[in-house]
Parts: sequence; C-alpha cells; structure tokens
Amino acid sequence: MKRRDFFKSAAVVGLASVFKTNALGSVVSSNSLAVQSQPDLVAVMGGEPGVMLTRALKELGGIGHFVKKGQKVVIKPNIGWDRKPELAANTNPELVATLVKLCKSAGASEVVVFDNSCQDWKKCYSNSGIEKAVTDAGGKMVPANNESYYREVELPRGISLKKTKIHGALLDCDVWFNMPVLKHHGGAKNSISMKNLMGIVWDRGFFHSHDLHQSIADIATFHKSPALNIVDAYRIMKSNGPQGKSEADVVTLKSLIVSPDFVAADTAAMKLFSQVQPTDIKDVRHIGLAEKLRVGTQNLDKLNVKRIKL
Amino acid sequence: MKFLKKIRVASAIFFFLPILLFFIDFTGKLPLQLHKFLSIQLIPALLSLNVFILIALVVLTLLFGRIYCSTICPLGVFQDIVSWKSRLFRKKSKQYRFVFLKPHNLIRYSILLVTVIVFICGSSSLILLLDPYSTFGRIVAQLIRPLFIMANNGLTDILGKMDNYTLYKVDQVGFVPVALGISIFFFVLVAVMSWFKGRLYCNTICPVGTALGFISKISIFHISIEESNCNRCGLCEKHCKSNCIDSDTKKVDDSRCVSCYNCISTCKKGGIKYHNRYKFKKAEAVIPTNNIDNGRRTFLLASGAVLSTVALANTKKLVSNNEAMLTRKPIMPPGAGNIEHFNKHCTGCQLCVTKCPMHVLKPAALQYGFSGITQPHLVFSTHTFCTYECEICTTVCPTSALRKLPIEEKKLTQIGVAKFRKSKCVVFTDEKDCGACSEHCPTQAVHMIPYKDGLTIPEVTENICIGCGACESICPARPYQAIYIEGNETQRLAKKPAEAKKFNKKIDSFGF
Repeated sequence: MKRRDFFKSAAVVGLASVFKTNALGSVVSSNSLAVQSQPDLVAVMGGEPGVMLTRALKELGGIGHFVKKGQKVVIKPNIGWDRKPELAANTNPELVATLVKLCKSAGASEVVVFDNSCQDWKKCYSNSGIEKAVTDAGGKMVPANNESYYREVELPRGISLKKTKIHGALLDCDVWFNMPVLKHHGGAKNSISMKNLMGIVWDRGFFHSHDLHQSIADIATFHKSPALNIVDAYRIMKSNGPQGKSEADVVTLKSLIVSPDFVAADTAAMKLFSQVQPTDIKDVRHIGLAEKLRVGTQNLDKLNVKRIKL
Repeated sequence: MKFLKKIRVASAIFFFLPILLFFIDFTGKLPLQLHKFLSIQLIPALLSLNVFILIALVVLTLLFGRIYCSTICPLGVFQDIVSWKSRLFRKKSKQYRFVFLKPHNLIRYSILLVTVIVFICGSSSLILLLDPYSTFGRIVAQLIRPLFIMANNGLTDILGKMDNYTLYKVDQVGFVPVALGISIFFFVLVAVMSWFKGRLYCNTICPVGTALGFISKISIFHISIEESNCNRCGLCEKHCKSNCIDSDTKKVDDSRCVSCYNCISTCKKGGIKYHNRYKFKKAEAVIPTNNIDNGRRTFLLASGAVLSTVALANTKKLVSNNEAMLTRKPIMPPGAGNIEHFNKHCTGCQLCVTKCPMHVLKPAALQYGFSGITQPHLVFSTHTFCTYECEICTTVCPTSALRKLPIEEKKLTQIGVAKFRKSKCVVFTDEKDCGACSEHCPTQAVHMIPYKDGLTIPEVTENICIGCGACESICPARPYQAIYIEGNETQRLAKKPAEAKKFNKKIDSFGF
C-alpha cells in the first residue's frame, strides 16, 4: 500500500467514524478481510424475545463489543401508548429487560430508559409493562414529559429538520440502543427504527407540519447514532397502527431484526411485514429519503446478513 | 367535658387533612377512594340525592348541633385555622378577642332563600358560588395547589442538574381569569372575615350554615350557661369564635353555635354545660319565646324581600345558558349526560380538574353562560386530550354532575364529534403525508384514505368517534386545526369500532 493510499483510506475511515454513519459499514464491508465475522444485520426467528436478543448479540460480537465498563447506557424503546404488551403498541417489555440486564452485566454504570409518550406518560410507562421490567432488571426509567429535559441540537445534514430538541439523557450517555416495535402506522405508513426516533425529540408537531417523511429521515442523520437498532417483531401490529384497536391487529411473528444501519433494519423489517400486510416500501417514503441522505442502504444483498432460525 | 374539644379538633383534622391533600396531590399517588370524604359534604349529597348521607347529616345535627360545620366542612375548618393563626399576630391580651354579635338575620335568611329559589327555578348558579365545600375546593385548586406544583418543578430542576430523576415535572392546570377571580374573591372574603370575626362568614353568608342553624336550634344536645356556677367572667364569650355567647344575659344563640366546645374548655368554673335540652329543662323545652319571635319576623321579612326581588329579576336570565355567547359548543366531561343536568348539578369544586391526569379539564369562563362559571369543560392543546383508558373524573365527582361510568362504557361515551376541514389539512395545503390525527385516534374513527400520489388524507366515521380530542390536540395545522371537536349537548353512546380481520397464516420465512 502506497503511503498516499494509506492516508486516503485513513482519512475516509476517520471522517466516517466522526459522522458515525454507516458509510463506515460500507467502507469496511468492501474490505473482505476484516468483516467476514461481523454481520451488518442479524435476523432471528422462532424464540422468546430475550433468547433471540442474546443470540443476535452473540453474532455481533457480544454485548461487550458495544458497552464498556462504567459507561452510561440509554435504551429507547417505543412506550408511546397506554396499551398492554399483548397489543404490540409498545416494545416487548421482556426484550427491553433483557437488554438492560446484558448492559448491566457488561459493566454499564447506569441503564436509562425513556420515551416521549403520546398519551399520559405515567400510564404508558406502567401499562406497557416496561417500567416494571426495566426497574426489576436494574435499569432506570426517566421522565420525558417536559420540554426542560430536552436540549437543542443541530442537524446539519437535515433538509426539512435543521435543528431539534433531544432528550438530555440521550445526549449525555456514552452509548444508546434504539429499540422500536414493528407496526403499521396511519401517518408514516410504518413505524420501525427511524420513526421511533420521534420519541427522542420534544417537538413532534414540527415533523407533521414539515413533511413528515423528510423530517424522519432528517432526524436519522443525528450524529450520535445508536449502537444498534433492535427491531422487536415478536408481536407486530399489522393494522390500525400505531395504537391498534384489539388483538386482531396483532400477529405473532417471534422475530427480531438487529442492525446498526437504520435503513437496512427498516428495509428488512418491511420485507418481513409485507408477508403479513403487503406494503410498497416506496410508500414508507422516509426509508428512501434516508438512503438519499446516506444514512444507510436498502440493498440488503450488499450487506452481510445473518439469518438464524431457533 | 373538656375532652369534647379534643374530639372536635381530632375529627376536624381527620376530615380536613385528607380533603386538602387530595386536592393538592398532583402525582395521582393518593387513592381515588378519598373522594368519599367529599361525597359526605352536604351540598354534593343533596345534589346527588344521596338520601342516606342526608339523613345521617340531619340526624347528626339534630343530636349534637352544627358539629358538621366544625369538622366535616373543609371551609369551616379553614376558617378556624385562619382564626387560630391570627392569634400569632396579636398581643397576648387580645388573643381571645371575640364579643357577642347580633345575628345578621336579614342577610343570612335572604341568601339562603334566594339560593333555594334560584335552584328550584333550575339554576345552580348560587349554589355553585356559595357551597362551602366547592369554595374550598376552588381555593385549594386554584391558589394553593399551583404553589406546590411550582415547588415540585423547581426541585425537579435542581435534582435534574444533579442527574437525579426521582421527581418529575407536572404541568399547571392553567389559569382562567374569571374562575381565578372568583376563587381570589372568596379566599379574601373568608380569610378576612375569619381573621377578625371567627365564624362570621359561616354564620352570615354560608347558606349551608344557615340551613343547619334551623336544625341546631332544636338539637338535643346544646351549649348553655349554668346559672349557679357562672360568675360572669366573660371568658366563654371571648373564646366564642361564632360570636354567639352573650355572657351578660347568659344566653347562647344555638343557630350560630358550631359546637366547637371552646367555651367548655375555657370556663374555669364549670359554668358551661353541653347537655340534653329536653331532659333537664322540661318546663322550657323550647328556646325562650322572644328569640323565636324575632327570628320568625326576620325570616318572614327576608322571605318577602327575596320574593319581590325574584319577581322583579328576570330569573330566565339567570337560568339560560346564553347560547349566543358561545363561539363553539363547550365539551362536557364524560358522564355529564346532557347539558341541563350537568349545569344544574355541578358546583365547580374543581375536584375533577385537579384529578384529570391529562389536564384536559379546565374551569369554564363563560362557555356555559354565567351560571356555569368554573364548571369543567375540555380544552385541547398539544399532548392534552381525554385519554381513552381513563374514567377518573366520573369516579371522583361528588355531586353526580358526572355519572360514574364503567371504563367500557366510558370508552364508548361520545362527548363530541370530530369535524374535518380539508382546506386546513397539511395533506391538502402542502401535499405531504401527516396522519397525526389518525395516529392518535383510539377508535380509528379518524382514519386515512387514499388522496393522490400515494398520499393519504383523514376521514371521520362520526358514529364511532367519541370526541376525545386526541386528533385536535395533535393536528399540526395552527392556529386553526384541520380537525376539531364539536361538543355534544347530549352525550350518546358511540358504536363499537369494528375489529380488524385476524391474520391466521403461519409465517416462517424472513421475506428477505
């Protein structure tokens, strides 16, 4: 390798890691030597939520690969609705609890969980089953119901959303995990990992009045991206999302999709979802828009995808 | 007999503290069952026709006099506290400063009569203003509770800076100037009167006090001065916060005595007796005759004055809801039934307002007309709407203005209907996806239908809409939302939303 080439690639890798986009993923994946062992996306099917998560993390190098001793960790599940776990409006509590325990076992000093809920936040926290599951597992639920918890950040790559207020707990942590549930959604067509980011910001109204899909894609360019997107598809909501009316809206797929790449995770989740409720991924416009902003890739063939059936 | 005062003070604390804390509690931690303390208040029991409570209260008063005013009524205890605390600001020699005052019979009988007549005519406007329990509720809800919330939020800020999230911020209910004005007026009136004259408010303005005074005149147990032991020292008179003991003539005005027993505790000679009126003085089983005559005369005079006033005043004006004033129909809380029932039974005590976890209930200004000032109505704003799985307001309402709804019935109770204005919708104006309204709709009465170029636009199925306002609260079109709730004057049962088709196929591939 010429010295010039070395500097070039070092600069590319350096820049990519500064922005922490998944450009890094694609740069690295083109280098066939380094990657073989590290998949870009892991999909698991057929187990209980905790079992599937533990297995997926094992494929990705174990929790210690993401969480170091003494670090502050944030987990952002979907706790948007005052609904019981069986209705799949919120992330599976067992899944959240398992991640809390894993982070703790990796030596995390603190594991904090929050969501800017859409309904009475206290009832959302408790009736989703997440509050109890997290507290029992040694994590901490923090409120997100007041603007004073949020601080403004710039989104220089954003097109519609140039700046927004994000929860301080997330801004101050060392590492965070995005943990959405796979759902149909009346407004955004589907709610997966990027849509879940609307729960880390204060002013969701701006998204709705300024091109919802573009704003969702814009928030995905936030420089502090999650270590992993962990898409809960144990139970999915196939219709009447994001709240659902009854258990008739719920389908149990016993699946889990994990990837650091927002776009790849959402693309894979859409393909899984479409088997239940055929949906054109182009209608979920924010996925394509995020790809345009180089947040990630829809082309799963280019990625190292690991599929596991338990 | 000195134990009587101790029992009175203990009972007063037993009733007052839970009521006070229940109104202040902004965390929802106190059990909702505490509302039972409010159902035993006289006006709420009267409005909800709780015969059992009413009989119990009448029997209680017939037995012991106006002990209700000294223990159960929170405004009564509040006056005692003000009067008691005012001693800290007086010279020692003037701490017990009460003197016998003549009753303001014309005023008190007139107020009671007008209140009753106006109520019979169909308006609870005066009950709303004068019910002591509701006055107390408004004072705590609008003047005291906000201070606690401010303190909580300040403390949360400080703890938050230290990375401690034990406390959380709570939104203020928000101030409605007209309602706030009424609370301040009554707070100042009651506080000033009790600061200087003890139970003057209770014995002059409060219609409940006046009404119970009729019963306590013939109560079995009553306070009287024992001629043989009394040396006319006048201590009892100085300690009588009801200003009803005349130590010169050795007479006690039973109609104003609130059975506080301060006089018994203070008399060193054992000259005050609390005893059976009918047992010891069989000869004069009834109160001295000239007393009655005076009372009767004033009562008749007051009746005459009141009747002519009412005849002159156009009661219709007091009763009517003045619809022309409304720009949009007010939205009543679930369980209100219809607007006539609600307006007549709600005393604006603010209990539901303080208990509403979403803070969507606010005291009305003139939305219900003059007679409905401070009655609750729903005001939607961002994140503020009637949450689907909640029926707290219907549970706590002590006056039956809101009927207790089982949660399944509440989820179908249509308090209003969503109206969609396409011209304001961002899907129409910006041609971009939104769907916030449908996203928040718990029944999917608001759902998205194809519009153009893959866009979807909201549509409302009115018969399954319950008017919770989630759609209006979140609609990004401001200041005029593209979807808003029109209140129902008569609440109806909405249709149960149809369930989705179940998906029964087995999926065993990832699809990618």
